Amino acid sequence: MMELICPAGTPAALRSAIDAGADAIYCGFNDETNARNFPGLNFSRDEMRKSIALAHGRGARVLVAINTFPRASAVELWHRAVDDAVSAGADALILADIGLMDYTARRHPNQRLHVSVQAAAANPDAIAFYAETFGAKRVVLPRVLSVPEIAEITRESACETEVFVFGGLCVMAEGRCSLSSYATGKSPNMQGVCSPPSHVTYEQTADGTKSSLGGFAINRFAVSEPAGYPTLCKGRFSTAQGAGYIFEDPVSLDATTLLRGMRNAGVTALKIEGRQRGRAYVESVVRHFRHALAALESGSETDIASLKPFTEGQASTLGAYRKTWR
Amino acid sequence: MNDPSAASPGPLPTIPPLVALAMRPLPLLPLQLVLGGVLQRIHRRNPALFDRLGPHARARFGIRPIDLPFAFVVEATPPRLSVVRDLPPGLDARISASFANLLALLEGRVDGDALMFSRELVIEGDVEAVLALRNAIDDAQLDLAAEASSLFGPLGVPVRRAFEAARGHVIGSSGQASS
Repeated sequence: MMELICPAGTPAALRSAIDAGADAIYCGFNDETNARNFPGLNFSRDEMRKSIALAHGRGARVLVAINTFPRASAVELWHRAVDDAVSAGADALILADIGLMDYTARRHPNQRLHVSVQAAAANPDAIAFYAETFGAKRVVLPRVLSVPEIAEITRESACETEVFVFGGLCVMAEGRCSLSSYATGKSPNMQGVCSPPSHVTYEQTADGTKSSLGGFAINRFAVSEPAGYPTLCKGRFSTAQGAGYIFEDPVSLDATTLLRGMRNAGVTALKIEGRQRGRAYVESVVRHFRHALAALESGSETDIASLKPFTEGQASTLGAYRKTWR
Repeated sequence: MNDPSAASPGPLPTIPPLVALAMRPLPLLPLQLVLGGVLQRIHRRNPALFDRLGPHARARFGIRPIDLPFAFVVEATPPRLSVVRDLPPGLDARISASFANLLALLEGRVDGDALMFSRELVIEGDVEAVLALRNAIDDAQLDLAAEASSLFGPLGVPVRRAFEAARGHVIGSSGQASS
């Protein structure tokens, strides 16, 4: 059976994920070394040690994401995160930067490495480089590939593959996107925050809500219109061709109906996005996919509509997994 | 196959307007004493709760249940809660939602982002401070019925049952996951 890899932004969310049936939980330290560096989120060193011990006691694994790109003047912060995650007993480190992979492979040669989605490794040659050079055992594939492409990559790679099945959907090449940086000076790649909340404002008007990022108005929602995250890629813009969503609608990935295809493609693990979400999300979404995997194994049908309340814009998509525009 | 995680559509119920109207003349001080006591107790039992607020530890939050005739001003450091008819100016952030959604958020029974997506939660002011508060509360795994009933000494058990019955009536047994 494919592994279920689940998000946790707090120790309580990690416990919820385990209760709901996670095989492994991914999480990060409370600093800029991980790509979900939001206020009040993530794990202190002590919380990480205790959470890993708890997870191991319950038969679950913990993957520590250190998946931002180190700044030249502060590489020590990232090295320390690697050292501390290893000493805390992490089952794998999820890394994006080749310098940090090199450091980890040399300093901790027995530590299992996963290639983060932030590395944007989207072809067998790139994946082979990570596997041969640093001994990476798994690659988290970018969300820009179709299922047949995933099958081809998995067939040609020595690495295990892991794919996202639910949650926020980046439509850009991950690890390369500069939209947030353009508007706020901060990005998920360097500071670990896409659309940092310090730069987000919501203004209530008679017509609804106006959301702004870094002083730029990026969307207006009517009073009862479903909303999404205040990211530029899901903003509405006026152009010569008209006004509306240019890059992507506010919508969440939901690949529940593609689990059989993922299994047939040889995928090792399914990943749920959402370390920034609350326990209620973690509990419900993890339970849903645990149930869906059990249904897949037994050959029965599963409910595909139940996660709508958790989706951006109250809508879901299969994203690039089922490409219709090529 | 039925999915046990299936969340039924539809928001949590709101307080009927007539009930809210009937509550309007009630004095606020008794409610403030009880809720202030609950906040102090939560802080004593979870001293690290507000560590997650970081630089926002001294922020003043205005919380307005849209279906009740009063609102709350909450500060983390030192822990303090005021019940007011109208939120004062000068707050760092304002949070508005139905009373049921606010209760469910406090206990981590609903996901804050999901409430934002469905427009059932409105945030104004310092979004970063609100996010830090939300994450701190979500990690604390609060049980408001247990916290409130502990203020009533030997009457705690029946008071807790009454709180749990009231909570079940307002937000269901487990909020968003099965409401």
